[in-house]
Amino acid sequence: MTEIDFRTAICQALDEELAHDEAVVFFGEDVAVAGGVFATTGGLVEKHGSDRVFDTPISELALAGAAYGSAIGGLRPVIEIMFGDFLPLTMDSLVNQAAKYWYLSNEQASIPLVVRSAIGGGGRFGAIHSQVPISWFHGVPGLKIVCPATPADAKGLLKAAIRDDNPVLFFEHKRLYALSGEVNGDVGMIGEAAVVREGADVTLVSAMRTLHECVAAAETLAGEGIDCEVIDLRTLRPLDGATILRSVAKTNRLVVVEEGPRTGGWAGEVLAIVAEEGLGDIDAILRLTTPDHPIPYSPPLEDAFIPGAEAIAEAVRTL
Amino acid sequence: MTEQKTTVSRAAPRAPEEASHYVELYRRMRLIRRFEDEVQSLFQQGLVHGTTHLCSGQEAGPVGVCDALGEEDRVAGTYRGHGHALALGVEPEGLMAELLGRATGVCAGRAGSMNVIDREHRLVGCYGIVGGSIAAATGVGLALKRRGGVAVAFFGDGAANQGYFHECLNFAKVHELPVVYVCENNRYGEFTPFEQVTAGEIADRPRTLGLPTVTIDGNDVWTVRATAAEVVERARAGGGPQFVESLTYRYVGHSRSDPGKYRKPGELDEWKARDPLLFARAGLAERYGTTAEALDAVDAEVEDELGAVVEAAKAAPFPDPSEPVREFKP
Repeated sequence: MTEIDFRTAICQALDEELAHDEAVVFFGEDVAVAGGVFATTGGLVEKHGSDRVFDTPISELALAGAAYGSAIGGLRPVIEIMFGDFLPLTMDSLVNQAAKYWYLSNEQASIPLVVRSAIGGGGRFGAIHSQVPISWFHGVPGLKIVCPATPADAKGLLKAAIRDDNPVLFFEHKRLYALSGEVNGDVGMIGEAAVVREGADVTLVSAMRTLHECVAAAETLAGEGIDCEVIDLRTLRPLDGATILRSVAKTNRLVVVEEGPRTGGWAGEVLAIVAEEGLGDIDAILRLTTPDHPIPYSPPLEDAFIPGAEAIAEAVRTL
Repeated sequence: MTEQKTTVSRAAPRAPEEASHYVELYRRMRLIRRFEDEVQSLFQQGLVHGTTHLCSGQEAGPVGVCDALGEEDRVAGTYRGHGHALALGVEPEGLMAELLGRATGVCAGRAGSMNVIDREHRLVGCYGIVGGSIAAATGVGLALKRRGGVAVAFFGDGAANQGYFHECLNFAKVHELPVVYVCENNRYGEFTPFEQVTAGEIADRPRTLGLPTVTIDGNDVWTVRATAAEVVERARAGGGPQFVESLTYRYVGHSRSDPGKYRKPGELDEWKARDPLLFARAGLAERYGTTAEALDAVDAEVEDELGAVVEAAKAAPFPDPSEPVREFKP
């Protein structure tokens, strides 16, 4: 196993899947010649050619429509929507069309497309370049939502997303691009959460950047005699309820940490699953999310906005 | 015909051996017209549900364009899509059963009138979002550029004011995609006259982007067929995206809730005098000497076929709600 950073993991996954299947194409704004504004896709056009890796106009409607239509036509498109905040412009093609094709067509065909998008706060990008847009899509049947926290999952799950026959939203947290970790060449498994730290006293459930905040909180709490189990959801739709329920059956305490608005967020869905299917196991339950207001720009405001390790540790102490 | 500012090109009469071919196109137009009549009747009986959008009066466009397509070509239709589907050869019985929500429908009753998909018959989908067909066909064109074939988008005048129109035509041109954009300008975007909500001429927009563009009489099946053959072959030969504005008129309301009170006085009668079916009958007689009796016989065959279609669809079972649904393709 070799150690690489998250952005390199993304690039390797794209490179390997472009090599693996001629039907895979990759396009977006400034992804080819410039190599992506987050430097995730350099070298791909040189290696795979401008027929398969190309720059597009700044036209998110056309980008998403072209991805959807080209999947109908037999390609396996991967597109980049530069910032997740731009995803509302793609929603007709993704939500009204791609996600419904398999069902509406009575399973004549599905839409194998991947939308990669950089999301999340902490970079001082302000309210409309920092959002986590998951709750806008989480309630859409037929869409898979993948949200890796580590370089290994970034690579393995992007490869899996590209090989998946269904439309997949693949979210990359901007503050994770520089994170390094060990990576193997395996294709990941969409829909499986990972227990990244075993513990007996309380279950912490999270994804992406706040997963690392949970791990840090767990280490702090270990020094205080509180033994946390930490679960990385990795996929938000379909959601791996079984792994959460197994953990809660052991710990009887649950804290869900979501970088995203409280109302309508996926943390609420996790609580609902546990309330419906694991109520007898639960002694204490809460969620930490971002507040229900836009993401602020000013550094102290933004830092206070996103749940960090100390806030998580404090929440666990109050359980 | 209502005054047009744009140039209308017409096809020259072709050789008499086309007679049987154009009788067949007449038959398809007749089938669409009568199919739509039956849908309206079934809707009034409560057997077609929700809403439905009929294309009566617009038959020459779908029939003329789809007749010029090959096996490798693909079509994206609209929510006014029964004509697009039937012109491509979608089985009338399966389409009618779909509208009636039956298990034997082309999408097993899952899609309904606005969202029909029949890939076997080259119909990649019908789109309930105005302009959605433009996006779908643009993407299909991206795939067909590698595989061979031409993608066709049907859409109305209303779609010319959607973001999809501008973004996708630009996208298709910069990537030189084999897409034929067919704007069925029926003069009204839902209830509103198109000139009231459309700046300039629709056809000037694709011209500005560099797409070869032609405005044609969309009620003349000969003109539509000849134009389609030309632009489809140009797209197939690497000529990039093509644009056709097909001038036509719908006889019925936008949807079931629309009595069409916004029509200008006399407008409907003017267009009915140029009915695509009457036009085709007159053209067949004039060009090939086809007799009224022969065409009446075609009408009678269509009548018989549709009678059977309606009976079969009405007798078909509804889907079973207890059947499991798979959210994702495994």
